Order: sequence, then C-alpha cells, then structure tokens
Amino acid sequence: MDKALIPDGVKRCPLPVFSLWVLLLAAIIGWGVWAGGMVLYKAVNVTGLNDYFGFGFYITIDLAIIALGAGAFFTGFLYYGLSRFFPAFAELSKVINLSVVIGFLCYTGAIVILLLELGQPMRAWFPYWHPNVHSMLTEVIFCITCYAMVLTIEYAPIILENRKINAVRGARVFGHTLHEVMAIFALTGTFLSFFHQGSLGGVAGVLFARPFAFRTGFFIWPWTFFLFVLSAIASGPAFTALICRGLEKISGRQLVDRSVYDLFGKIVATLLSFYIVLKIIDTLYWALVLAPSFGFKLTDFYLGPVYGFWLLVGEIIICGIVPAVVLLTPKGRANNGLLFSMFILDCIGITINRYVMTVQALATPVMPFDRWEIYIPTIYEWAPGFALIAYIMLVISLSYRYLPLFPREKELNPIR
Amino acid sequence: MVIDLDKCTGCTACSVACQAENNVSFLPDESNKVRSISWMEIYQLQNGKEYPDYQFTYLPRPCMHCNAPHHSPCTFVCPVNATRRDESNGIVSHIYPRCIGCRYCMVACPYHARKFNWWDPSWPKSMEAMLSPEVSPRMRGVVEKCTFCHHRLLAARAKAYLDGADLNKVTYLPACAEACPTKAISFGNLLDPDSEVARLSKDQRAFRILEKLQTEPKVYYLSKYQWVHKLGDKGL
Repeated sequence: MDKALIPDGVKRCPLPVFSLWVLLLAAIIGWGVWAGGMVLYKAVNVTGLNDYFGFGFYITIDLAIIALGAGAFFTGFLYYGLSRFFPAFAELSKVINLSVVIGFLCYTGAIVILLLELGQPMRAWFPYWHPNVHSMLTEVIFCITCYAMVLTIEYAPIILENRKINAVRGARVFGHTLHEVMAIFALTGTFLSFFHQGSLGGVAGVLFARPFAFRTGFFIWPWTFFLFVLSAIASGPAFTALICRGLEKISGRQLVDRSVYDLFGKIVATLLSFYIVLKIIDTLYWALVLAPSFGFKLTDFYLGPVYGFWLLVGEIIICGIVPAVVLLTPKGRANNGLLFSMFILDCIGITINRYVMTVQALATPVMPFDRWEIYIPTIYEWAPGFALIAYIMLVISLSYRYLPLFPREKELNPIR
Repeated sequence: MVIDLDKCTGCTACSVACQAENNVSFLPDESNKVRSISWMEIYQLQNGKEYPDYQFTYLPRPCMHCNAPHHSPCTFVCPVNATRRDESNGIVSHIYPRCIGCRYCMVACPYHARKFNWWDPSWPKSMEAMLSPEVSPRMRGVVEKCTFCHHRLLAARAKAYLDGADLNKVTYLPACAEACPTKAISFGNLLDPDSEVARLSKDQRAFRILEKLQTEPKVYYLSKYQWVHKLGDKGL
C-alpha cells in the first residue's frame, strides 16, 4: 500500500506488520505524553524530585541522551571536516544519514524533557531574554536550541530524498542545494555541539560548593567541561553503531559494510582510551587532592548499595578500561560479539557518569551534620523517559522505511 | 548575622517569626519534610558520645548570603539572573517573577537554604488575615529563600529618607533576630568595624559552616564547644 513511498530497489516488511510496530511505539509515546502533560498541568510535585534533589531523572536522561547523540556532530566532523585529509573517514558516508537522524532525535527529545524539568515552563524563553552569561546552563540552552535547528536543517534534505517528495522538482532542487552546503552546517554543528557538550560538564564542574561535582580547570572551564566533550565523542559513535546494528538485526538485512563498524571500533577505542586515562587522572586528583582540601575523604562520597563504590568501579573499570582495552586490539574489533558488547559497555559507562554527576552529587551530604537522601523517580519521570526512547525508535523506523538512509543497502541486499 | 549557639534553646521562635514575616506557605501534606519550606531551619547537632558525655546543641540555619569572590554559589549559576547579590549591602535576593524554576541554584547551595514551591502557596484559612502586605507570596514553580528581611531594610531606608538621615547608615533587625527570646541572634553590618556583629565575628568562639568550601558565609556562629566547631566544618 505504501510501496510508492519506499526507496527504489529495497525491501521492507509488510505494511500491517510495520503498522503494529508503529502502534506499539505510539502507545508508549502516548503514555509519556500523558505523564508529561500531567507534569506541566499539576507541576513537578508529581515527580520524585525534592529540595535535596533539584535535579534528577530528567537531567540525567538529558545528559545521557545528548552525550549518546554526539555521534551526529562527531561523525559529521570526521566525514565533512577530516575525510579530505584522512580518506579513511570517507567510509562514514555510509552511515552519516543515520547519525544525523539519531542526533536530531536525541536533541529534540532532550529539549522536550528539559521543558518538563522547569517549574515555570511558560517562562522557558526567559534564558534568551535575561541570559546570565556566567551560567553554564545559559550556554547549554543556547547551544542545544541552535544545534537542534542545525540538525533540523541537516535532516531536511534526507526527508526530501523520499521517492515521492523527490519527484517534485522544487523539493529536489532545494534538497540538492542543502546537500551542497551541508559541510558548513556540519561544521557549525561541531562548533555548537563541542561547546554545549562541554558546558553540560561545566554545569556540574562549576559547583564550587559541591565537593562531589566541583573540579578545578583551565581558564573559565572546569576539567569536567573537557571530560564531557571527550566522553561524548567516545560514546556517540558507539551508540550510532549500536542503532545501526539493531536496525540490521530487526530488518534482517545488511545495511553497511563491516568496515564501517571496524572504523567505529577504532574511533571509539582511540577516544575512549584517551578519555579514560584523563578520567582516571581527574578522579585521582579529585580523591587525593581536591576533596581532601575541602575536608572530604573519598569514602564520604559513597554509601551502601545505592550510592556505593560499584558506581565508580562500573564507570571507570568495567565500562571504561575494559572496552577501551578490548577495542584497541584488532581481535576485539574483528569479533562482532565483543565489538558490540564493548559498545554497549561504553554507552552504559557514560550514562553512569551522567547519573553520578547529577544525582549522586546531590545525594552526598555536604554539611557534616547533614544526611544522605535517596531519590526515587516516579512514573511521571519514567514515562517521558520511555516515551523519548520510543520516539527515537519510531522516527528511526519511519526514516528507515521511507528514506534512503543507507546508500549501500541496495548493493548489499540485491533483490533476486 | 551572628548566632550564639550557646544561648540558643531551640525554641524555634526565629523560624516561626520568619515564617510569619515572610508569608512562607504550607504544603498540603507537611509530613514530607524534604519539600517543606522553611527559611530558617533548626538542626540539632549531637557530639555522638554516650551519657554522661552526651551533648547537643541547636543550630538555626538561614541563608548564608555567601560572600565568595565575584559570585555566591547560587547567583553564579542562575541562567536568567533571577538571583543576585547586591554588592552595596551583601544581601542575596531572588526575583520570583523571573525565576524559571530550573532549581540549579538549589543544586549549587550546600546549605539547603533554597526551597522550591512544589505547590501553589496556601495557608490555613484562619492565617490568611495575618499575611504580611510587605512581602509578596511566591508562586508555584519558583525557588525562594531567606532575604535577611530585605523589606525591613527598604522600610528603614525609606524612613531615613523621610527623616533626612544617611540612607547608607540605617540599621534594622530581621524578624528572626527580633523574635529570639534569648537574644542569640545579632544582626548588623559586618563591614562596620564598630558594629557588634563585626566584634562577635572575631570572637574566639566564632566559626562558619563549611568555611573550607570558600563560600564565605556572612552568617557566623558562636560556640564554646570544639566539637560544634568541628561539626561546622568538615575535617577541622
């Protein structure tokens, strides 16, 4: 029934099957929209947030999803910016469309979640009108919205490549023109994304009265600024590769050459190794010098099963050192099971990092006579989170079905 | 502000006076203490020893109006300039109609001095007639905090203007200091070397909470007990 919309020469599942899938995702999105609507209507008192936990699930998922969406800007940077000097990166052309779609979804989703987090959502435009130039959050808000616009511009020509839309001359010419100037947008996105990934790290790092989060730094930027950029570009490509692999598994078709995953493996291995070395140095300096200067021991920051040392071990060793070491070896990258498991660990590690810098930083008592608090998100926080994931899956499904996301798909899966 | 913990009986008169003076609202269910709004919170500190060595003291905690260089921890982070430190008098204030409720300032404050309005403000019917016309109530979704009864400063300055006196030399008492039956709370200009607070802040018994964080609190505490000093700043 929708054959006319499906790209030429590729096979897709029957429409009824696809419709069922879309319905399932739409139901989850509907659930999230209902929960989000309740948050906007009844206010954030329906969440698990309180005066101890000003930030919680919403900020954690925002930070994590933006880091994982960094594949968009970084793949674009490598492809449009560096492939002329390093031809190996030209291979990324096979996955650049997917990375743009993922980036677009991660950023637009994060903006909606950010809106729910506000006590006064009707005043969401105030940061543009009364900006505090000293606040890292101002930088985040400006860069995220600008980058979401850039991603929309980057996504537009992909949509215009749909068979039916492309048949319209005006749309075809417009799409082609956008393609011609895409390098400019990709590099603009790189610039914006670099700053807001960093300023998201700065949001925690500048809290000089919160010893768990505070870091010294360079000029106005705390070290977390640079660590967040590095961790985002070390995990974003892994997330893109995982989604691509997931699409291959679900569709039962090969979408990119194996060499693309191998290249992603090398990129992630290099960046993750670099990041994890710096992260270890940062952690040691924090634990041995910075925190003690405020009167804190490392043991003051960890407690019990909820906020225990397992978070530190999980983030740095299991989800940092292990994937970096495995991916650095050609054997590790050659084995699909190992490669994708390490990508998963990488993404989990970055999510743990964003969680501890948000929630654990607040759970840790600062005043000596203060107490530990536990934060439990409510259904009004979980539901928009699940809806965000469903939204990403839905738009990727629609894009995969109706848009030529993978330029090599036709050759890799000839229809007999 | 200087609070003498040796004199404090923990009667909470300061907290109640603050609540009444500043139109601090009540929650639909006050059993949830991590959402209760209180600008002057009273902590009970214990020395952790067994009887007969057991000791305790009360510690009232208003906003510290941190004097850290350039910015207080909270004013520094607000994305919309809704919270500012007035450099002429050192008071950290909050502009409620501008606050977007992002709670970043609460996250930045290690003293839990900032409270969020999780619900629309409400008071028992019988108390509505007692609301102060001097202080605007805060709407749902914004942060609020102790202002050192800033409106009293404005009133004192207005009176000085009418009297032809020097506006910069006015003195006033916040509601908490006025209500304290044991006169444990002193208030004045720390920059004036002749003021009582300046003298008390240099007392041997004086300490500040979390001084090591370099937030430079403008609230000093007095206690003759070393264990209280130690509890005030980690690792002393």
